[in-house]
Amino acid sequence: MEHEITLVVNGAARRVRVPGRRLLSDCLRHDLGLTGTHVGCEHGVCGCCTVLLDGEPVRSCLTFAVTVDGHEITTVEGLAGPDGMSAVQRAFAECHGLQCGFCTPGFLCTVTALLRDNPAPTDEEVVEGISGNLCRCTGYQNIVKAVHRAAELIAEET
Amino acid sequence: MKPPPFEHHAPRELGEALDVLAEVGPRGKVLAGGQSLIPMLNMRLAAPEHLVDINRIASLATVEPSTEGVTVGALARHSQVERLAGHPLLRQALRLVAHPVIRNRGTVVGSLVHADPAAELPAVLALLGGSVRLARLEGLREVGAAEFFVGPMESAVQPGELAVSAYFPSLPPRSGTAFREVARRHGDYALAGVCAVVTLDDDLHITAARVACVSVGPVPVVVDVGGLCERRPASTVDWAAVARAVREETEPEGDIHASAAYRLQLVGVLAEQALKDAAREAAGPWGSDPVGT
Repeated sequence: MEHEITLVVNGAARRVRVPGRRLLSDCLRHDLGLTGTHVGCEHGVCGCCTVLLDGEPVRSCLTFAVTVDGHEITTVEGLAGPDGMSAVQRAFAECHGLQCGFCTPGFLCTVTALLRDNPAPTDEEVVEGISGNLCRCTGYQNIVKAVHRAAELIAEET
Repeated sequence: MKPPPFEHHAPRELGEALDVLAEVGPRGKVLAGGQSLIPMLNMRLAAPEHLVDINRIASLATVEPSTEGVTVGALARHSQVERLAGHPLLRQALRLVAHPVIRNRGTVVGSLVHADPAAELPAVLALLGGSVRLARLEGLREVGAAEFFVGPMESAVQPGELAVSAYFPSLPPRSGTAFREVARRHGDYALAGVCAVVTLDDDLHITAARVACVSVGPVPVVVDVGGLCERRPASTVDWAAVARAVREETEPEGDIHASAAYRLQLVGVLAEQALKDAAREAAGPWGSDPVGT
């Protein structure tokens, strides 16, 4: 049986018909064509599929699309503003916080929420905050630097 | 890695959910946070015909602290409980549950019902002697922690029932708590873990001490070590004897991550550490080095 649902994705209401078993990650990628959200492990370990659900980071591979009918979703495609990339995105580019880029959408969404809730995190808080996201390239050091740099940029720009 | 097909039910009221659960019986499964159930579906370890998704029943998303204890509704997320419950041991345990992002979605009651012997929250409920409230069409029943955890991944919840809330009692004054565990990676299920509660009298002598151990038995293993502490101050307790007593009550199994012998060693060490931490917390800042480290 299919369900007709409405998701507010990156500010735009999107109506879509999905079976009950459609994961939110697959709904975003296949039904809505938003392939910025990556799918790695599909059991909640890697964090690549992290999106913001009503502003809170969640695993889109561990959420059914039907469950979040009517809710707001922000994906990596929605992080940039009209003036270009967000502070978090610029900091990741500047600090080489990515290499292959597969994990990056999940990190960007996680860090966006982390810095909103804690604008000046300590090293320890950054590491705890990103502990649910795996990166196989960078060794994390530059990601941690990028988070601190993003915090600086946000502080400068507000 | 996609879930098998199922019929999705999205009740908006508790009564409606109980109607559906009564109708589908053993063919149905409740979906709350989904942080354990959806991986199981994705890996095809579970294939229920009906999923009763309770995410729209707002009346279940409650955290109600009182002086006696805190009642946590079926839809209260870990992160919400961490913020609102005001219960020290619950907060210590929740910080060890997976990662912050998982805690935004996973629920405390869901974790209890999932009854994973490696999970932290069942141990907390068992240690505190809390209870879970189960609803079905015919009425409610309250099940104490000792009866609630039946076996590995098996709780007392019967087909047609919904766990609507869990109750975590507060601790008496001058009590301290701690949770210690060893996991292969931060956020993983523990190879072994111990949560402890220690209560002191006005002279800082131990009047009660209990631990609950995870990953070393089919259900959380609760051991009362109050007798072994003999109303002594923590600094003169025979901790080796306490650790031995805890080890004797556990029956860990070996797997690819850790041998049974290693888990047994760990649980003794962690019990001593957790009990000392708890005693230190119970003494508070005015207690002068009660553990004698």
